[in-house]
Amino acid sequence: MRRCELRDLGLVEYGRALELQRALVEKRKRGEIPDQLLIVEHPHVITLGRNGKPSNLLASEEVLRRAGISFFPIERGGDITYHGPGQIVGYPIFDLREWKRDVVAYVRTLEEVIIGALSDFGIAAGRLEGFTGCWVDGRKIAAIGVHISRWVTSHGFALNVTTDLSYFQYIVPCGLTKPVTSMAELGVAAPRAEVIESLTRHFALNFGIEIVKREIETEEAVWSMS
Amino acid sequence: MVDVVMPQMGESIVEGTLTRWLKKPGDRVERDEPLFEISTDKVDTEIPAPAAGILKETLVEEGKTVAINTVVARIDETGDGTGAAAAPPAEAPAAPAPAPPAPPAAERPPEQPPVRTEPAPVAPPPAAAPEEPIGPLSPLVRRMAREHNIDLRQIKGTGAGGRITRQDVENYLAQREAREARPAPPPPAAAPPTPAPAPPPAAPEIAPPPPRVEAAKTRVEPMSIMRSKIAEHMVLSKRTSAHVTTVHKIDMTRVARIRARHKEEVKARYGYSLTYLPFITRAAAEALRAFPLCNASVEGNNIIYHNEINIGIAVALENGLIVPVIRNADEKNVLGLQRAIADLAARARSRQLKPDEVQGGTFSITNFGSFGSLFGTPIINQPQVAILGVGAVEKTPVVTEDDAIAIREISLIGLTFDHRLIDGAYADQFMQKVKSILQNWSEEIL
Repeated sequence: MRRCELRDLGLVEYGRALELQRALVEKRKRGEIPDQLLIVEHPHVITLGRNGKPSNLLASEEVLRRAGISFFPIERGGDITYHGPGQIVGYPIFDLREWKRDVVAYVRTLEEVIIGALSDFGIAAGRLEGFTGCWVDGRKIAAIGVHISRWVTSHGFALNVTTDLSYFQYIVPCGLTKPVTSMAELGVAAPRAEVIESLTRHFALNFGIEIVKREIETEEAVWSMS
Repeated sequence: MVDVVMPQMGESIVEGTLTRWLKKPGDRVERDEPLFEISTDKVDTEIPAPAAGILKETLVEEGKTVAINTVVARIDETGDGTGAAAAPPAEAPAAPAPAPPAPPAAERPPEQPPVRTEPAPVAPPPAAAPEEPIGPLSPLVRRMAREHNIDLRQIKGTGAGGRITRQDVENYLAQREAREARPAPPPPAAAPPTPAPAPPPAAPEIAPPPPRVEAAKTRVEPMSIMRSKIAEHMVLSKRTSAHVTTVHKIDMTRVARIRARHKEEVKARYGYSLTYLPFITRAAAEALRAFPLCNASVEGNNIIYHNEINIGIAVALENGLIVPVIRNADEKNVLGLQRAIADLAARARSRQLKPDEVQGGTFSITNFGSFGSLFGTPIINQPQVAILGVGAVEKTPVVTEDDAIAIREISLIGLTFDHRLIDGAYADQFMQKVKSILQNWSEEIL
């Protein structure tokens, strides 16, 4: 079975995680490392995808700065999104050539993973035709945005666990005027570690991979991120 | 001329939106270099160039959605001469120029070795082949035949009424290129074509005089992430700060005695050795409280005074260095500092530091004395403004105040500071404070 290394990095500033992702993507392309699954949590940040409309940012950069939110225009698919404490952000760095060369199947499978994990906590999430992500009663609980270069994936998903949803007021999430929700808002008090464990299990199942935990190393974690 | 087509990014995908050109017509592109980006359902994909050359024209505008296999650009390989483009098509999302017809292929054929359909003698290209007997030809096919020196009679047309289509020509070209790239025996059917040169036909033992083999004068090795980060940081720091170093001679005799007195007990009780470093760190923390400008940063025209005293200790690693941080160092006594130093250094070497343990430093200490250096001029750890460089503690004859000669434990300790913020007099006062604390050490250790 293909092996995937899980790196749970905890709270990581967005820019540093981006650098680490890029470094790992390069290594993955060169075949120096197996598939990677990075799990992080970000301090308040708003990111704008390549195809995103800046008009979906509802606050001026000055207002964001005062609210302590950083702002990053980046290369992933999708529009604008918010990350912050209480979210589980997952960055799978997979070589799709070893799975399926199919970007749509990849996104659908990411959704499947999250839907599966949420069902472990009694939440019935599903898809909304035409709107990538995971939804509960018309409210978005997980966002997805992916970048692919030579079949190697980066960026990924953000699942609201205990996210303070008021931060979404600064944006039109993913350019959609649809409400957001979180596990906590749905009345599920799930410890972060348990959600991560559940996600990991569904990743293994849906992608047919074996996930091994990997301790972060000084060189990658510290230098890529400092 | 190589056609670049919209690749198929998945089984069910029939079209793609070209979101961004990463190159402009006229630009030189390398094979496999990202050429454009496409977007499908929240996924952005960079598509690499299938060949090296000059990007001749782009046929699809940014923002347009086109069917897969639509030609979106052309690359002119002429004048390239590297022959790279003649190699089997790149694997990767980019559908290389000779895009085969979609119908039968679920998987993209570039991954499979081009199938040899006939014993295929390498066609001696007759320059001007009469085209009449072949039937009607499109101008495009004619041009391709001219450009690639193709005898069209060798191609079986699959178009309406056996007509030769562009696709047929491209397929033929792909096969021809594959044959030329691999003159050796046919490869096993499963082997994917690699861009690497085919394995040389088992090097003959008694070779003809080798073409003057010279010993390589250099060896190329990419920097590790750590190395390149260090390099980047050092240059950045040199560019950012106005480095000045001042060196003070500090008599460590008193500290040496205290250390000697408690060394064994500390080792027995706590399991780590008592070194000079925690004493120096303690003195520095005290001095930083008295001279807050040394515990500051510069941001534009503002001076940022840090209320916390977080001291980074440089730790040498096998192929680099790292500076883990002791937080609130001013709140720790010598033993607490020694424990923190031993712990951080050990985990730095076993690569188990957490990212936040190397962040947030407000001042640094580097102890090159442990490698025998007398004094040095270290580089400031940005965005800090000062770093203490500790030289070796050595028995040295000194002239005492009553003009006698005595043997003392002497260390040259230097402060490298950022002259943008700190002037020499201030730096020396800071050092006097450090010196005074160390020379008149008064704190209990145990």
